[in-house]
Amino acid sequence: MSSNDSTSKTLIVALALCIVCSVIVSTAAVVLKPVQEQNKALDRKRNILAAAGLLVPGQSVEEQFSHIQTRMVDLRTGKFTDELDPSSYDQLKAAKNPERSEALAPENDPAKIFRREDYSIVYVARDESGGVDKIILPIRGYGLWGTLYGFIALQGDAKTIAGIGFYEHKETPGLGGEVDNPRWKSLWSGKQAYDDGEVAIQVIKGSVDPSAPNAEYRVDGLAGATLTTRGVDNLVRFWLGEAGFEPFLNNLKSGEA
Amino acid sequence: MDSAKQTLTTPIFKNNPIALQILGICSALAVTSSLQVTLVMCVALTSVTAFSNLGVSLIRKHIPGSIRIIVQMIIIASLVIVVDQILKAYAFAISKQLSVFVGLIITNCIVMGRAEAFAMKNPPLPSFIDGIGNGLGYSVVLIAVAIVRELFGAGKLFGFEILPLVTDGGWYVPNGLLLLPPSAFFLIGGFIWVLRTFHKEQVEKPDFTIAKHTVLKEGV
Repeated sequence: MSSNDSTSKTLIVALALCIVCSVIVSTAAVVLKPVQEQNKALDRKRNILAAAGLLVPGQSVEEQFSHIQTRMVDLRTGKFTDELDPSSYDQLKAAKNPERSEALAPENDPAKIFRREDYSIVYVARDESGGVDKIILPIRGYGLWGTLYGFIALQGDAKTIAGIGFYEHKETPGLGGEVDNPRWKSLWSGKQAYDDGEVAIQVIKGSVDPSAPNAEYRVDGLAGATLTTRGVDNLVRFWLGEAGFEPFLNNLKSGEA
Repeated sequence: MDSAKQTLTTPIFKNNPIALQILGICSALAVTSSLQVTLVMCVALTSVTAFSNLGVSLIRKHIPGSIRIIVQMIIIASLVIVVDQILKAYAFAISKQLSVFVGLIITNCIVMGRAEAFAMKNPPLPSFIDGIGNGLGYSVVLIAVAIVRELFGAGKLFGFEILPLVTDGGWYVPNGLLLLPPSAFFLIGGFIWVLRTFHKEQVEKPDFTIAKHTVLKEGV
């Protein structure tokens, strides 16, 4: 047994083991990468469709997604742009790149994203006559434990909410994690995002009284998840606001996008 | 083959890694709020334990004593990464829910415990079987906990509604505590209690006995 403990044997065993293991690990990573990327892309598409309420279970996601246009929007001007190719654009990476984003002052950053990218991908579903049926916008912001990533979908009038969904978050299951609850998500459908050009949608604490005059601008908060509720409220209002997609939506309405 | 069968079945009830050795509790708390996720975790852990035992056992005669723990860790970590990659490729939705807990199999005491205690001293085949046995022992507890948590915490099993929830227009008011990790402590505690009622030999001797009350005059 003493030969096993010699310095040379120790080094040889360590080295050989590291080589064998690294070959196994890298083979697995390389071989499986294409499938993983495909999964990621598919998952994103499924979430986009689901947020817009366009997802039909049992049908191919690819097939359903083929009716949706992917476009780039310059968030500074609020106009469509063809400068960048959406298929190769990594929005979250761009948000970290100082040349592709701008820093937000803390008072203008309720969603706590720190930097806002200059260009955003948007998804447009067209109706049969070619008009805008639904607009799906990527949104993100800080909740309780981490950043929530999701999509919010608006109807063709660019102010009625069609749906919302988060594809990645770290909220507490059963409490803040109820952002995934289909019943809660369905509350968003039909709410009005803007009142007289101002962002009016709010997620409130407790339940909305349907007879209240402002009920169409209010969404129920999540019971037991005050901070998640506040986070969702902040991020939705941020992304629908001046620094987010509001200029783009206004342009779209007036046909100048 | 009798001893092989024993190696496989002993860890399930007689020498359960969670219930008797109280190992691997962390993931048992974290991933058991839904049955589907739990099953994937069990398969992942069982295969990692089995193959790490196999790997360690194959080279056990060449592992220098001074770096044996690191050698075991490398084998385990590599396997965990491979499992994680496979899950991301073929069970994407579940791997998203499991998130860090697949990675944390690396630090799961069961895997390392078996590598150090069994695989270092036994030939490859029994070690492999021992890994599967311990994985199954872990799975039994996790599945039991997950069934209770998902059924009474969310009214569902495998995501199918069993008890219609009040929020969805049914009658069942879910127990929110069951969805939070600490509830698994109670359930595992209950499991251990039931198990030790049937396997009396597992009951531990008290570390010390409580002394009788002393009379005050001693202090005077």
